[in-house]
Amino acid sequence: MKRRAHTFLVGLWTWLAAAGVAGAEQRFPPPDFESGYQLPVTQTPAPRAEWLQYFDVLVLLIALGLACHLILRKRSRAGVVGLSLFSLLYFGFYREGCICAIGSVQNVALALFDRSYALPVTVLVFCLVPIVFSLVVGRAFCAAVCPHGALQDLVLLKPVKVPAWLEHALGVLPYLYLGAGVMFAATGSAFLICRYDPFVPLFRLSGSVLMLTTGAAFVVLGMFVGRPYCRFVCPYGALLRLGALVARWRVRVTPDFCTQCQLCEHSCPFGAMREPTAPAANPAAQSADRRRLGWLLLLLPVLIAAGAWLGGKLSVPLSRLDPNVALAEKFLDPRKAAPLPGVQTPQSLALGRAEDNPKELLAAAAAARQKFAAASWLFGGWVGLVIGVKLIGLSLRVARTDFEPDRGACFGCARCFSFCPNERVRLGLQPAPANLPAPAAVAATAASVPPAKPA
Amino acid sequence: MAAGLSQEEPVNRRQFLRGGLRVAAMTGVGALVGALAGRSATDGTVWQIDPARCLRCGQCATECVLEQSAVKCVHTHAICGYCELCTGYFVPDPNALNTGAENQLCPTAAIRRKYVEDPYYEYTIDENLCIGCGKCVEGCNRFGNGSLYLQIRHDRCLNCNECSIARVCPGDAIHRVPARHPYLLKTTVSH
Repeated sequence: MKRRAHTFLVGLWTWLAAAGVAGAEQRFPPPDFESGYQLPVTQTPAPRAEWLQYFDVLVLLIALGLACHLILRKRSRAGVVGLSLFSLLYFGFYREGCICAIGSVQNVALALFDRSYALPVTVLVFCLVPIVFSLVVGRAFCAAVCPHGALQDLVLLKPVKVPAWLEHALGVLPYLYLGAGVMFAATGSAFLICRYDPFVPLFRLSGSVLMLTTGAAFVVLGMFVGRPYCRFVCPYGALLRLGALVARWRVRVTPDFCTQCQLCEHSCPFGAMREPTAPAANPAAQSADRRRLGWLLLLLPVLIAAGAWLGGKLSVPLSRLDPNVALAEKFLDPRKAAPLPGVQTPQSLALGRAEDNPKELLAAAAAARQKFAAASWLFGGWVGLVIGVKLIGLSLRVARTDFEPDRGACFGCARCFSFCPNERVRLGLQPAPANLPAPAAVAATAASVPPAKPA
Repeated sequence: MAAGLSQEEPVNRRQFLRGGLRVAAMTGVGALVGALAGRSATDGTVWQIDPARCLRCGQCATECVLEQSAVKCVHTHAICGYCELCTGYFVPDPNALNTGAENQLCPTAAIRRKYVEDPYYEYTIDENLCIGCGKCVEGCNRFGNGSLYLQIRHDRCLNCNECSIARVCPGDAIHRVPARHPYLLKTTVSH
């Protein structure tokens, strides 16, 4: 290598001074400039200001409050669309999908299991506040605050009805995805939910080809299937669905009584409307139903045990998603190819690091393996539990006299309200029919759902 | 309406169950906050490259989710030797020590070479051109003082939850650092 051009005619005192400043020997001592040259300072552009992150939290809280007001009090689809647009622009295109409640579940899981990971307070708030809201008012977050939901809701053109069997089968996926996301985050291996998020690359207008294509595919699918990601993939939606099942207040379509006109059922693009159940089932069928329920309840522990056993078997392949385990396996592989001299690929560099300090890597990999041994077992049990509970849920009878939205499946998009003839009467859009029931009965129904009712 | 009223008994039982589950869920959320409150930090974290662990593999240029990587080369001038033949600037065996494109190591000509005084030359990085490939870093670290190194620039970085470069980094050089100290600048020589 030519070093002809460099001058070594620098005084010894300069060399010593430089060594003193730098604390180590330099191949080429820093020059002693005679022309009064000033050393440029290395620029360090600051990250996004901290207060802006708290501002995001404030926007989230205001948007959630507004969503509740628009869905339950104002019952206004136009308002929900407006708020969705704002959320899409702010949390989607301005914040570029980060910070997002969907991914924050993983940070919380990592913080629970890894004591060295300091969870930012803003992330904790983003994860928990929509859940708390779901326990009170249902999925207000999905309705108009989540940019993923807003994007899919706004591109919906002509919804097709998803057959019930498919809806139920695919409805299990979000829980499995949630379990997998939490498992990989808790073991500190990967943030799957963020890695395979289809919409964030669209918000950023950049990303890997695979994820951009997936995002585009979801948008195209979303034109004909209402909110495909929310219904069949979103792990955070799965959590909010559970919250909404036990929510204090819920969306009711009709402001007073149901005329059973089915207009609301046709208006719902997400298949969330449930029809009234037949009033009296014949006793023979009922006892058959009970027997099936009993069998399913007995099957539940069997499913959990089978899942846990299977999960335990999958521990080793699952752990390969951990980068340390993957590298350690390559390092220990006796058949690994000898590195080509002079050619440095990322793989050969990684193996070189492993050879330099095998102890550290093998210890990290062994620790990850151990975590996966427990986590995959739990994950398998979770899969069994989800399938078992789904089967039990399918064989439970719910008594309904009116058309009403399913507590868990309803996103609160507010589409159905304006389709209800009684809502149109309430809004003064059409005259009240002559055979209106007695005002006392109307008041009694109204009292059961206070926030949805105008005074 | 009569049918609706006669259904009140089972609805109440369900409501009771729902209420119980709701309280349990709220308690769970409260417990989670209690468990994590002590361990959470008011200031967040950002991703940064530890220059001592960086192996200059070149993946920073291609693996970032941004079309133009958030990783750029930075220069600590205090360590720089201001060499006329800069091994971070020139290809091995350059035809001539000038700014001719065929002599430059940088694929985008992002390093500016400026004459200071005989025989010293100043090298600065144009971040709009730098793609973070680390070719200059390899040259400077292998044969020079190591004053050129890669850093994640926080005016560009989106601070993804999972850094896509960290995932594939062969040196395991990218980790979360406190947002209050977002850079790991070199102050001492290392090769």
